[in-house]
Amino acid sequence: MSNKKNTAFIIVQDNEDARPIIEAIEQDNDGVIVQYQPGMVRMERAGSLIVKRETVEELIGREWDIQEMHLVLISIAGNVDEDDDKFELSWN
Amino acid sequence: MAAKRLNLRKRYELLTRGMGWETTYQKMDDVFPYDTFEGIKITDWDKWEDPFRLTMDSYWKFQAEKEKKLYAIIDSFAQNNGQTNLSDASYLSAIKLFLTGVTPLEYGAHQGFAHLGRHFRGEGARVACQMQAIDELRHAQTQIHTISHYNKHFNGLHDPFYQFDRVWYLSVPKSFIEDAQSAGPFEFITSISFAFEYVLTNLLFVPFMSGAAYNGDMATTTFGFSAQSDESRHMTLGLEIIKFMLEQHEDNLPIIQGWIDKHFWRAYRLLALVSAMQDYMLTNSPMSWKEAWEVYFVENGGALFEDLGRYGLKMPKYHELATAESEHLSHQVWSVFCLLGNATGFHAFLPTEEKMDWLSEKYPDTFDKYYRPRFEYWAKQKAEGTFEYIKGLPQLCQVCQIPMIFTEVESDPMQLSFRDTKHNGDRYHFCSDGCKDIFENEPEKYTQAWLPVHQIFQGNCGGPTLEEVLEWYKFAPEDVSDYIGSQDHQRWQEWKGKDKDTPAKTEANG
Repeated sequence: MSNKKNTAFIIVQDNEDARPIIEAIEQDNDGVIVQYQPGMVRMERAGSLIVKRETVEELIGREWDIQEMHLVLISIAGNVDEDDDKFELSWN
Repeated sequence: MAAKRLNLRKRYELLTRGMGWETTYQKMDDVFPYDTFEGIKITDWDKWEDPFRLTMDSYWKFQAEKEKKLYAIIDSFAQNNGQTNLSDASYLSAIKLFLTGVTPLEYGAHQGFAHLGRHFRGEGARVACQMQAIDELRHAQTQIHTISHYNKHFNGLHDPFYQFDRVWYLSVPKSFIEDAQSAGPFEFITSISFAFEYVLTNLLFVPFMSGAAYNGDMATTTFGFSAQSDESRHMTLGLEIIKFMLEQHEDNLPIIQGWIDKHFWRAYRLLALVSAMQDYMLTNSPMSWKEAWEVYFVENGGALFEDLGRYGLKMPKYHELATAESEHLSHQVWSVFCLLGNATGFHAFLPTEEKMDWLSEKYPDTFDKYYRPRFEYWAKQKAEGTFEYIKGLPQLCQVCQIPMIFTEVESDPMQLSFRDTKHNGDRYHFCSDGCKDIFENEPEKYTQAWLPVHQIFQGNCGGPTLEEVLEWYKFAPEDVSDYIGSQDHQRWQEWKGKDKDTPAKTEANG
C-alpha cells in the first residue's frame, strides 16, 4: 500500500506547448516530482501545486492566458482555484 | 478607448447569473420536473460555482484549437500509413474493444448531459452540463474518425453502435451507462462525473493512452489526450457537484453516500475490461493495472476522500476488496476472453513468453502461482491441436453482467465468488457482495436487466447456435478467434515481410 498522502498532481502532454508550463511549475513549486511517461508528463507534490501566469509569460516572452493550459492538460487531482493570474490545486 | 477586459470571475458570473428567471406562465416545478424527486435538497442554486469559470467564447476558441491539432495529426497518420508503425497488429484488439465498448459510452454520456443541461434549475449547473454534453459528443466523433483509419486495414471495426446494443461483453458498459441514464439527474451526475470521471477515469485514459504512445499508435494517443483535456474539466465538475450538494443540506449526505457506493462499484466492475486491455492487450504496457490502481485509486482516491471527510463522506463501500482484487483482475478477465475467443469481435491471444515474464515481475505474488500455469497449459494444448473453446454459455451477474469469473481473493483466490438472493419467488445471481447490495436496494430496476445469455436462451439473438448468434452480432468469421492465423495477422506479416506461416512473436518488449 502507498504511504503517500494528499498528493496534488497535474498531468500534461509531452509537447512543445506544455514545456514552459512544466518549467514554470518546477520553478514555483518546491519539492515537485516530475515524471516523464510515454506521451505525458506527470507532476506531483504533497498538499498543493500552482501554475503562475507571470512565470509562464517570462519563459515564453509573450502574454499568456492561463486557460491556454486546457490545450495540453490531461488530468489533475485536487480542488481547483483558478483566476486570471494562477491555477492552483490543493487538498484541504 | 476600448473598455478594459473584465476579469475571469466577472466574465463567468455574467455568463451564468441572471440568465434564468422565475417562471410565471408555468410553475417552476413543471418547467423543471426532474430535479426534486430524488430527495436532494437545494436551497440556493447561486452557490454553484464552476472553478474553471470557462466562458462560451473561450470554450469555443479552445475546443476549436484542440480539434485543429487533432485532425492535423489524424491526416498525417493516414498519409504516412501510421498503422504500419504499431508495435504489433494484435494491439488492435484493444482498439476494437475501445471503439465498441467505450465510444458508445461517450455518446450515452452526451445524451445524459444534454438532458441535465436542460433540466437542472440552476443556470451555472446547466451551462457546465451543456458544455460537457458537447464535449462528450466530440469524444464519440473524434474516436470514430480516428479509428476509421484502422477500419480500412483491419477487421472488427465496422459496426460499434449496433454491436454495443447486442454483444455479450458489451452489455457490461451498456448496462452501466443506461443504469445512470435511467436515474434522476443528481444520481446521473454523481455516477458519471464523480464516481466514474473523478474517481476512476484516470485509470482508463491516462495509462491506456500513454500505452497507445508506447505502442506506436499516435492517432489514439492524440484523440485520447485531446478527450482527456476536457476530462480535467469534467472531473472538476464532478467534485464541485458533490461539494455543492453536501453543502446545500445535511439530508443530502446519506443519499449521496449511497450513490457513491453504488456507482463506484458499477464503474469499477466495468473497468475490469480495461484491466485486461492494459495488462494483456497492449503489446507493450507502460504500467500494470495494479500499479495504475495504486497511483490513481489508492493514492488519489485516498486524498480525495480524506478531503471530503469534512462533510462526513466515507470511502466507497468495498474499496478494500477492489484493491485486493487488483492482483487478480486482469488475469481472470483475459482468461475468459481466451476461452471464449471464438465469440469476441476482437482477436484473443495467449500472452507471449516476454509478456508472461513481465506479468511475473509486476504480479510477483499471484501471476506465477495462479495464472501462468493455465496460460502455459492452453499454449501446450494449442500446439498439440487439442485446445477447445468453452461450449456452454456462462452464468452472468444480474447487475454488472460480467460472467461469474471473479474469485474470493481475500480468502481463497481459486474459489469462485458467488452470491444470490430471492425476489418475488425468483432467484438472482451475483458476482460479489457489491453487486448483490445494488440489486437489493433497487430490485425493480435490476430484475429488468437485458442479460445476453438469458436472451440467447430465450431465442432473441438470431438462433440457438453460435454461428447464428455471431451473425446476429454482425461478427464475420474473420473478426473472431485467434489472432495467429487471422487476416489481421496475415496482413501484418505481409507488411513486415515475414512468412505468413511463422507464428508471430511480439517484437521487443519494453
